[in-house]
Amino acid sequence: MTHKSLLTVDALTRKRNTAEKRFKAYGLGAIIVAMIALALLLTSVVSTGSSAFKQTYATITVPLPAAKLDKSGTRDLAVMKKVTTIGYASLLRDGMVATVEELGIATDLNAKTIGKMLSKEASATVRNAVLADPDIVGTDMEFKLLMNGRIDGYFKGRVTMESAALDGNTSPEELQLAQALADVGVVDTTFNWAFLTAPDASDQRPEAAGLGVAILGSLYMMIVVLVLALPIGVAASIYLEEFAPKNRWTDIIEVNISNLAAVPSIVYGILGLAIFINFMEFNQSSPLVGGLCLTLMTLPTIIISTRAALKSVPPSIRDAALGVGASKIQAVFHHVLPLAASGILTGTIIGLAQALGETAPLLLIGMVAFVREYPAAYTPDAGLFGEAATALPVQVFNWTQRADPSFVERASGAIITLLIFLLIMNAIAIFLRRKFERRW
Amino acid sequence: MKDKTMTQSKISAKGVQVHYADTHAIKDVDVEIADKEVTAFIGPSGCGKSTFLRCINRMNDTIGICRVTGDIRIDGEDIYDPKVDPVQLRAKVGMVFQKPNPFPKSIYDNVAYGPKIHGLARDKDDLDQIVENALRKAALWNEAKDRLHASGTGLSGGQQQRLCIARAIATAPEVLLMDEPCSALDPIATAQVEELIDELRQSYSVVIVTHSMQQAARVSQKTAFFHLGNLVEFGETDKIFTNPEDPRTESYISGRIG
Ligand SMILES: Nc1ncnc2c1ncn2[C@@H]1O[C@H](COP(=O)(O)OP(=O)(O)OP(=O)(O)O)[C@@H](O)[C@H]1O
Ligand SMILES: [Mg+2]
Repeated sequence: MTHKSLLTVDALTRKRNTAEKRFKAYGLGAIIVAMIALALLLTSVVSTGSSAFKQTYATITVPLPAAKLDKSGTRDLAVMKKVTTIGYASLLRDGMVATVEELGIATDLNAKTIGKMLSKEASATVRNAVLADPDIVGTDMEFKLLMNGRIDGYFKGRVTMESAALDGNTSPEELQLAQALADVGVVDTTFNWAFLTAPDASDQRPEAAGLGVAILGSLYMMIVVLVLALPIGVAASIYLEEFAPKNRWTDIIEVNISNLAAVPSIVYGILGLAIFINFMEFNQSSPLVGGLCLTLMTLPTIIISTRAALKSVPPSIRDAALGVGASKIQAVFHHVLPLAASGILTGTIIGLAQALGETAPLLLIGMVAFVREYPAAYTPDAGLFGEAATALPVQVFNWTQRADPSFVERASGAIITLLIFLLIMNAIAIFLRRKFERRW
Repeated sequence: MKDKTMTQSKISAKGVQVHYADTHAIKDVDVEIADKEVTAFIGPSGCGKSTFLRCINRMNDTIGICRVTGDIRIDGEDIYDPKVDPVQLRAKVGMVFQKPNPFPKSIYDNVAYGPKIHGLARDKDDLDQIVENALRKAALWNEAKDRLHASGTGLSGGQQQRLCIARAIATAPEVLLMDEPCSALDPIATAQVEELIDELRQSYSVVIVTHSMQQAARVSQKTAFFHLGNLVEFGETDKIFTNPEDPRTESYISGRIG
């Protein structure tokens, strides 16, 4: 036999090496494509949506004449409530016009148009302030008020002089006036906390629309899902994995759980509609019903990941515990579960994140409704989480349906908010995995 | 059975058969294990030593496909009686497994776990004392005393095995089953463990599975030779090693089969 040198690569090795290189290249290619797609998605969402977190306000002094706002003169709320937002709108208009005149800004616009540069929401803001504190009637108060969507769009670059010229809702003159007001600091674009706290607003006032109700609704639903799906899912998995006899019935259950995980989410909406709304007669659109639907949807995910986590605990640990005379339950709770905890928590958070982003079943149970009121956590007639609410992904869906272009920005902003929540949840999952990770 | 030298029988097995699905792992084994004695199980790999050992504390219950029939009594009580709770049995019959399997917890917690769940310690000091004694007996105290709160899985293989021995004796069992307890130990630790086994014999009955003929000869009073699931020969260690009756025993201990 001839001596083979290690310094020359033989044919077989060369073939193996090329195959390996090819495989690595495929993998790298796949990852690059995925990263590009992700980058495109993020840039498009962030570039259209980030402006939703800023909002244009005018800080003006509004006269609050008692003669108009409190005809009885007794500060009687019942009487004062008779003055509608239309009544307040004229006060705001006067305030705007006075401000413009005071500053000596020349404009051809009539008073009515100047008044309309403020959002329709602004008069409601002032009215609420007055009703909350009737004593301010009779004084001149300074308010920070929303500008309308077109003016706001101008400061964010969405509306230009050219587009305004073609737009029936605004005009280049209005934009010039707004710019002049901005130059002296009356009009300013600041961080939009209201986007995260305010409820939804109607088609005519996109500038006032916020995610408050959606965030609260999503939060309530996540609480329902966590409180129900985690214990039920973990208990079911522990039973199936550690205690159930391995026979045909448990096989059937196992197959069914895997199938349930693959059922389209809208089916859970149909199920929820039939069971929770039609049969159990819970309130439509309520986070309770939404949460229950999402619980059903999340359970298989949690069960599958929990079982995988339990399976990955080496059987020798169970033997060790049983060998020193621990009972089965003690072995599971003292030794197996702590070792499986990181896997269980990761699975749970991934399930929750899935549920947080789920839209289809919520549409079916009416969570797409337009909700202006904050849902109360508890009311005697609606019960816990029983009042109408909406959810983040549904709010995105809802806003993308609206006509006014300002809602595009809002929808993207809502997506950013949703993504941030998902990122936070994944960060928690990673943190918990690190914290509970054990070697054996 | 009429042997005058025979001490009182602690474990008595009659007609024990074990099946793993289609594998017939133990075939009609009768054995009498005396109290305060060390019994060694020897035999070639796969002959069923571990399987039989696991019958004595009913660890085979945890294997779904495993079926045990026959009669095994400890102190005259049938341990496979439906009234017997295997958990109670295992507190009485401790076990050291073939592969070291410490809990992924601290050394202290590994040893303290058994006494804790069985309520053997009155207070913290008592528990500390139990842990220390167990570790001393298992010849691990000197290496472990400064790192009691370090993870048990961070120990070397041999140290882990001694930790498992300490864990088993901490619950003060009446019978101790040891499945190849010295397979990963160096000669010094082996000698220490053998010393421990000899000491345990004062109060417990010990069953040890070993592949080392010398070890069986050194520590045990009785030896059982298994071959292909059969108990070929059982009797006084001296007799088995000097004057075996069965030709299979003779060829195994002289190194011809196995
Ligand atoms: N969990 C199990 N499932 C199926 N068969 C098993 C199982 N455990 C053991 N067996 C079978 O039972 C027989 C006896 O195995 P056992 O582990 O008792 O042998 P052993 O004498 O302890 O061997 P070793 O000296 O190698 O540890 C072997 O044929 C083995 O394949
Ligand atoms: Mg074995």
